[in-house]
Amino acid sequence: MSKNKPYDHAHHSSRRKFLKGLAAGIGLIALPDKQASASVWEEFFQKNFRELSKDDLKTVLARLEKKYSKQFAKQVTVKATPPIEGVRYGYALDLSRCIGCRRCVYACVKENNQSRDPQIHWIRVMQLDKEKGVDLSRAEHYYNPEKVPEKGHFYMPVQCQQCENPPCTKVCPVQATWKENDGIVVVDYNWCIGCRYCMAACPYSARHFNWGKPGLPAAEMNPDTHYLGNRPRPKGVVEKCTFCIQRTREQPGRYPACEEICPVGARKFGNLLDPESEIRYLIENKRVFILKEDLNTQPKFFYFYAT
Amino acid sequence: MKNIWNFFTGTIRLISKGSTAYYCWIVFLLILMCIGGIAFCHQLDQGLIVTAMRDQVSWGFYISNFTFMVGVAAAAVLLVIPAYVYEWGPIKEFAVLGELLAVSAIVMCLLFVTVDIGHPERFWHLIPKLGLLNFPQSLLAWDVVVLNTYLALNLTISIYILYSLYYKREPKHNFYTPLVLLSIPSAISIHTVTAFLYNGLGARPFWNSSILVPRFLASAFCSGPAFMLLIFLLVRKYTKFRIKDEAIQKIAEIMAYAMFINLLLLGAELFKEYYTDSVHLDSFKYLFQGLHGHSALVPYIWTAMVFNITAFFLFLVPATRRNTTTLVIGCVLVFVGVYIEKGMGLVIPGFIPDTLHEIYEYSPSNTELMLSMGIWATGLFIYTMLLRVAIPILNGDFHVADDGVHSFIGDQLFLVKQESDPESEQELVRSTFGHT
Repeated sequence: MSKNKPYDHAHHSSRRKFLKGLAAGIGLIALPDKQASASVWEEFFQKNFRELSKDDLKTVLARLEKKYSKQFAKQVTVKATPPIEGVRYGYALDLSRCIGCRRCVYACVKENNQSRDPQIHWIRVMQLDKEKGVDLSRAEHYYNPEKVPEKGHFYMPVQCQQCENPPCTKVCPVQATWKENDGIVVVDYNWCIGCRYCMAACPYSARHFNWGKPGLPAAEMNPDTHYLGNRPRPKGVVEKCTFCIQRTREQPGRYPACEEICPVGARKFGNLLDPESEIRYLIENKRVFILKEDLNTQPKFFYFYAT
Repeated sequence: MKNIWNFFTGTIRLISKGSTAYYCWIVFLLILMCIGGIAFCHQLDQGLIVTAMRDQVSWGFYISNFTFMVGVAAAAVLLVIPAYVYEWGPIKEFAVLGELLAVSAIVMCLLFVTVDIGHPERFWHLIPKLGLLNFPQSLLAWDVVVLNTYLALNLTISIYILYSLYYKREPKHNFYTPLVLLSIPSAISIHTVTAFLYNGLGARPFWNSSILVPRFLASAFCSGPAFMLLIFLLVRKYTKFRIKDEAIQKIAEIMAYAMFINLLLLGAELFKEYYTDSVHLDSFKYLFQGLHGHSALVPYIWTAMVFNITAFFLFLVPATRRNTTTLVIGCVLVFVGVYIEKGMGLVIPGFIPDTLHEIYEYSPSNTELMLSMGIWATGLFIYTMLLRVAIPILNGDFHVADDGVHSFIGDQLFLVKQESDPESEQELVRSTFGHT
């Protein structure tokens, strides 16, 4: 709109209405007021996370914090804590202990601000037959008995395997997803175009798409967020497990929410580069296996039977 | 520059004229396009949740249509090779119609991809320098490059030729021959790259088979020409444009070979999967027999099989190939058959069962159907407009007037009976139009 030309208010508002409708119609962004519209354009022209300078990043984080704080009516922090030197995260899961209670699934949802409606889960727990072993074609995904574990069954949680050789990042046409130096595969929700090629490429169904507008009640929103992790997502982008990047990259760090909640201690998490770590002990001393080894994805998520 | 403007205004005047049937057809397409547009707005507002796609089946009807249309687009090369490489007269006369079909088909491809992505407004992330195109790592990045190259080549060649003919100039060989030669590998590449896009995914055994590319190419050389033949037969019947029988026969013959290779490759794939009987068979089982009680695609794929095999024999036997009725039936069968086989039949079983062996049955939602219909209407609209200009130019009914500025429009109606009796020829209004 030209600022030099005077126009009466009615004209102005009808024009604004028109622009608003047009913007909504062509899928651009509604322009509620000048300030908001400026931040909308800032967001639209934001560079890829990895191309942001330090100053750019500061501005972006501040903008997001302001936006989310307003949206959820609480003080939200958005961090961009970088990887810690000398750390490569690994995860191990004891199939002999897992009871299939799905507490990890819901702790993850709570911690990582997944959409409640429509439901998005980063962890999928499958019920398998003890007799048949790890045969995914016999997996029961929607088991729902009164009590778990059920006789004759064991349970296998699957989430992002944080592959060393991730097929998902390779296929992304715009480099909106990549593997960080600590081994975590992340997504830039402001850069993802939502083509879902990564979902077709992932052999573990670990990637999830925001088909609709994420339903995240303000009261349940976790305000401690990371740019590449659990900050609120817009609709139309892909998201996935980040080993709770907002917890594990801090010093002192915290365990991922799924690890913390597990009532039977089936989940183990640690630094693969630290020879003294529990995860290294497990890999060296237990019979571990990885999912779909033949695909050479080299997961850093190990399954084992402790007993 | 002035010439281009005059040409442009001339074409606008030309396309605004036509018979009642022409207007009805245009209005019909515009209505469908509006419905598609409304569906698209609805989808933008609500998100892709208004489709039937979900995490398990993350690509659906849009990408199926995209894949099929890439085949149709690539098939133009079937006219280009005999026309420009072998300088075979009967096809050279109308090869440009094939190039225009490629243009329309690629536009449809781009539209189908646009409506499938979650953030179409972020398309600029795909533009090198401006965004971050993941080239050469991502096959989707390759697809963006080859599709746009192919579109640009076909647009340049066809518009250049038509523009020259309009100004009664012989198109310069030195200019368009290199482009035509480049368009041949580029036609092959759009199909190869699109097949690789699926092919390279270890996670999806249904697509992870090395004969996917040849299967794609073989079926493209059936579906694209089938559509072209139908258009040629229509054009021949309802306009003055002459298309020789031998050209149509030659195309039908090539289709018979292509269909044979297509069926052979499919058979090879089926043998390998069924005889091996590994866990990878599940997707084929889902497609051909149904899996654990889920069988949405089964009736479709068998329809496609019957259609393709019937059409193969119709094109193989010279008698049925020469008979217009059986030829038309064959073309329709091929088009529908390949649409099923290389559309939904190729994309959906890749996701069923999903990588954790969950089965989610997909069938397109109303929004998906309406939107796709809108895109088909857009493609047909574009092709109609292009033909509306191209055919009169090739007929010599639309060219620059003697004054070198205004345009001469001999063909007032789009649909003109082919019998050109001398009386009506004299009645043709020699019209020149003033410019403002």
